[in-house]
Amino acid sequence: MNNLIILPIVIPFLMGILLIFFNKHITVQKWLSAVASFLSVIASIVIVQTVHTNGIQTLEIGNWAPPYGIVLVADMYASLLVLTTSIIGFTSLLFAFSSVTSDREKFYFYPGVQFLLLGVTGAFLTGDIFNLFVFFEVMLMSSYLLIVLGSSKNQLRESIKYILVNVISSALFVIAVAYLYAVTGTLNMADLSVRIADMGQSGLLTVIAILFLVIFGLKGAIFPLYFWLPASYQAPPAVVTALFGALLTKVGVYSITRVYSVIFYHEPSFTHQILAWLSALTIVFGVIGAIAYWDIKKIVIYNIITAVGVILFGIAANTPNSVEGSIYYLVHDMIVKGALFFLVGAIIAITGTSNLRKFSGLIASHPFLGWMFLIATLALAGIPPLSGFIGKLKIIQGGFEAGEYTIAFVVLLSSLLVLYSVMKIFIHGFWGEPNKIPVNKEATKGLILPIVILLVLSIAYGFGVESLSPYISQAADTLLDPSIYIQAVLKE
Amino acid sequence: MKTNDIIFQTVTKIVVFIIIIYSLHLFFSGHYTPGGGFIGGLMTASALVLLLLAFDIKTVVNTLQVDYLKLTATGLLIAVLTGIGSFFFNVPFLTHTFSYVQLPLLGKTSLATAVLFDLGVYLVVIGVTMTIIQTIGETE
Repeated sequence: MNNLIILPIVIPFLMGILLIFFNKHITVQKWLSAVASFLSVIASIVIVQTVHTNGIQTLEIGNWAPPYGIVLVADMYASLLVLTTSIIGFTSLLFAFSSVTSDREKFYFYPGVQFLLLGVTGAFLTGDIFNLFVFFEVMLMSSYLLIVLGSSKNQLRESIKYILVNVISSALFVIAVAYLYAVTGTLNMADLSVRIADMGQSGLLTVIAILFLVIFGLKGAIFPLYFWLPASYQAPPAVVTALFGALLTKVGVYSITRVYSVIFYHEPSFTHQILAWLSALTIVFGVIGAIAYWDIKKIVIYNIITAVGVILFGIAANTPNSVEGSIYYLVHDMIVKGALFFLVGAIIAITGTSNLRKFSGLIASHPFLGWMFLIATLALAGIPPLSGFIGKLKIIQGGFEAGEYTIAFVVLLSSLLVLYSVMKIFIHGFWGEPNKIPVNKEATKGLILPIVILLVLSIAYGFGVESLSPYISQAADTLLDPSIYIQAVLKE
Repeated sequence: MKTNDIIFQTVTKIVVFIIIIYSLHLFFSGHYTPGGGFIGGLMTASALVLLLLAFDIKTVVNTLQVDYLKLTATGLLIAVLTGIGSFFFNVPFLTHTFSYVQLPLLGKTSLATAVLFDLGVYLVVIGVTMTIIQTIGETE
């Protein structure tokens, strides 16, 4: 039965509700949420395998055939992202168990995380553009809770900015959906694609396509709409930043990809060219931020923006190689950003500061943490045996094939600066004279395991590219040829 | 000076029942006429707000010992369980069904499982509204 593909949505939803009843019993909450996210991981593995063997899976909610009802579509692209999301969710919970204070835990931290995962997986799986909006809101509402929970002065200030920006972009989203509905008369993505192909992508539809780029760009932090991100992501505790950095911006990236590959693909010389240049500028501004700061959290946050640019350039170049590369890079980036934010959280737990000038020589007291950080930095920059290499290689190859030489060189050069920015943390924080400030030896208790899980995955991802490639190329096929998606949904 | 709002309180005691009955009417009529869980829930919550205005928070909380957060969670649980129920009948998630039943007093009535989903909505709306109002009201 096809109810299988709703499991990654229903499991966190049900568990989020149950956790509300147990808000005073922290141990029960921990066990329940860990079990739930482990079940989600298993369910998503099963989905990936099912999609791999049987093709795209759809679920017509309430037994109403599309385009009349809501349909959930699990193609390979969405299922891979759902799997990565549930892995990030599971490891974040492990990290939260020993890093989140009990007053936060009593105030619905774990239900908040479950509802966030519900929103993110829902956004990946839905095949209906208004339903996408609803899942965006589910995700954003829970992120409002997580960003403000604890109510330190900094969090309160940043959450106001964050909510303001997101309320405006949500209002724009509704307006864009209204325009699109007025022009086409449907909300189902596959049906939208058919109708736009029939009537041709007129100027009006191209305007709507750009409007969607603005909206999803605001959520996914592309240039010049990333202004809200660095300060907002710095405010909450490290585990929340890890969830946000690994998941939230990627939902924006996913939506741009989906909308530009399934619905608005008829005017690539205009829409995709704009996307390409915006992603180039995103990369440039991301690396400028990453090398400018001496705050370890800020450095990693600016690296999110760079990665968003790289992934979107792969989509904009729109050749088989670049699209495959951007899928490789998207999955890699979610894993490695999660690991990096956990590492930063562990370093802050040890030193009590995020200012890189205030500590050094951590390798003497925490050698394992140091070497794990080195592996994460090398993976982030895309050094060959590790996970970031294949994605960037294919994106650059695709960029050259598409004739976008300038931007492809920007991507290449950005790797160097990304490597510099995170190596700076390694060299100044881990090398040098130890014990500038008193180091808390016990602080990393329980924080190491989730980092190890993610790094092992990242290494395995890098070495196992050969066995992964059928999955990735299946995902890329759907993005390159929308008729596969349309046939699976509308069954024509 | 101690204020005396006996007229307000007496009228409230009568009006609250009328509002609650009307809200239940709205809730049950949602399938065929305008109404439904959302507006019904808001109307019930407004009756409770009227009680809060006429009496103080302590009196109302002591009279109606409801944990509104738990009420919200219960509502959500009911709504999700109506969806999960479809797992057992081998149909897609959230598939609803209905049938006509001969009930005593009411006669031939159509009973739809969508009402159970709406009951969830109704409880969530009451729970969320009352949580917001009570939390703001109790904050010093």
